[in-house]
Amino acid sequence: MKITFASGKGGTGKTTISTNLTSYLARMGKSVVLADLDVEEPNAALFIKSTLKKTEISNKMSPKWEEVDCALCGKCAEVCNFNAIVAMPEEILVFPELCHSCYACSELCPTDSLPMTPSRIGEIKEFKADGFSLVEGRLDLGQEMAVPLIAQTIEYTDKNFSDSIKILDAPPGTSCPVIEASRGSDFVILITESTPFGLNDLKLAVETMKVLKQKFGVIINRYGIGNKGVQEYCRDENIPIITKVQNDKEVAKLYSKGELIYPQIEHFKNSLDDIVKFIGGLK
Amino acid sequence: MREVVVISGKGGTGKTSFSAAFAYLEGSNALVSDCDVDAANMHLLLDANFKNQSDFFSGEIAVIDEDDCTNCGICFDACRFDAITPTDDFHVVDPISCEGCHYCFRVCPHDAITMQTQKAGDIFISDIKNNTQMVHAKLCFAAENSGKLVAKVKEEAKILALKKDKEFVITDGSPGIGCPVISSLSGASLVVLVTEATVSGLHDLQRVQKLVKTFNLEAVCIINKYDLNLDMTQNIEEYLEEENIKVVAKLPYDDTFTKALAKAQPIVEYDENSELSKLVKDSWEDIKSIIRNKK
Repeated sequence: MKITFASGKGGTGKTTISTNLTSYLARMGKSVVLADLDVEEPNAALFIKSTLKKTEISNKMSPKWEEVDCALCGKCAEVCNFNAIVAMPEEILVFPELCHSCYACSELCPTDSLPMTPSRIGEIKEFKADGFSLVEGRLDLGQEMAVPLIAQTIEYTDKNFSDSIKILDAPPGTSCPVIEASRGSDFVILITESTPFGLNDLKLAVETMKVLKQKFGVIINRYGIGNKGVQEYCRDENIPIITKVQNDKEVAKLYSKGELIYPQIEHFKNSLDDIVKFIGGLK
Repeated sequence: MREVVVISGKGGTGKTSFSAAFAYLEGSNALVSDCDVDAANMHLLLDANFKNQSDFFSGEIAVIDEDDCTNCGICFDACRFDAITPTDDFHVVDPISCEGCHYCFRVCPHDAITMQTQKAGDIFISDIKNNTQMVHAKLCFAAENSGKLVAKVKEEAKILALKKDKEFVITDGSPGIGCPVISSLSGASLVVLVTEATVSGLHDLQRVQKLVKTFNLEAVCIINKYDLNLDMTQNIEEYLEEENIKVVAKLPYDDTFTKALAKAQPIVEYDENSELSKLVKDSWEDIKSIIRNKK
């Protein structure tokens, strides 16, 4: 079972709910792993007491120019559709940060002068927590492309925790990174808040899920503030509301300190029970 | 014309609420742009009318002609994105996975593959509250590289600001540190970092500030929800001092922001004379004087 927590809007509670749920499931005796896929700003580890077990360097492949046999024909620059290669009269310049790793330049080069070589884009870290593991993808600063690292983090989690329930904490938004974090999951839980911002971004996320033909449900966080727009929308669109998490400054305070919420706040624990029950009902 | 870019690293810290408040306060002296093209929602607070729409094209996807395809599999071998799948009679492209690299198109021996330009988004120029305009966008599903759309939004906003002789462009950036954020930051006269007094607020602030530094940009900071955790606020202030970043406002945790949001109003419109609004107004004055005093 693999479940992605996503949201259009940032700051709606993806990490709060996914970290607490993972810990709660572990306490119930389940084998569970949490993967933090918000590789641009990973922070699940801030909320979980854990020790670092393993670090793997995450690479992407990009061409490296080897001068020796190069005929300076310029074919590489011609076939690169991402402006990552510039053919100068006497040298070939490669801009790895623009490279999409399509291999066209390397494989179409008549003199094999552009072998693909790994270059670092970030790290994948595995942490051991109380009763469960956490896998984190962390993009290096200045790197622009999050998707390859998200894919590698999921792959790492699948490979090393094949029998566990996998909870994926996705990045915010609705574009490629979220698609990558959602497309291989059994179910996606969209977390929103009952405000016009929450509703606007939920609609965008729902559009994305529909194109992906992905099964999904909604959690309304900070319930009790804002308006009824999200509820009405879910009702009209027949989207299941898995739970409503009450708006509560005490939750925000615990969060601010990096503490787990459910051991201290009863209504929050009740919401986790709703989620556990819902997940249990999935096939 | 000077550009103020509001970013946050972490989502949900109040970035858009502040940007919209600044836009409302500055009125016709500023042009507004929403660079959070992934999940744009600033228009909700500023009553945008989506008056002028244009298509934005970027990137391409491969399409295989069923009749010309001989099922030789050369495209399948070339594709590094698992975007090509064989069927009994021909190969097909999954448009979601296709990266638009042209490799298959180049190696197909039967010219069965064409590259089709994709619409990547809609760009809007809208009239908004307080007698000014905003440029905003909506990214299409699975469109490539939202950074390019961000760049286009910024370019349109700058052109319009110059044409209309505006003193400021106020830009609402996107969360994270990746491509759209890097694109949002380019050419900023001043960066406003919005954070909150939480462990993740500080963590994400530090990451995004490192990025800001690599571009040699000057930044100021707003600490939101400072009273949630006074120790954390202190940690954030110490960090900012080391980085030489001025705190232009510290705001308490207050549901009034959400109430204003529910009424689709910036805080300075919803509750004009409140203490919160005063803090926001003071911070905007502070930001303006910092920019005006720059060479």
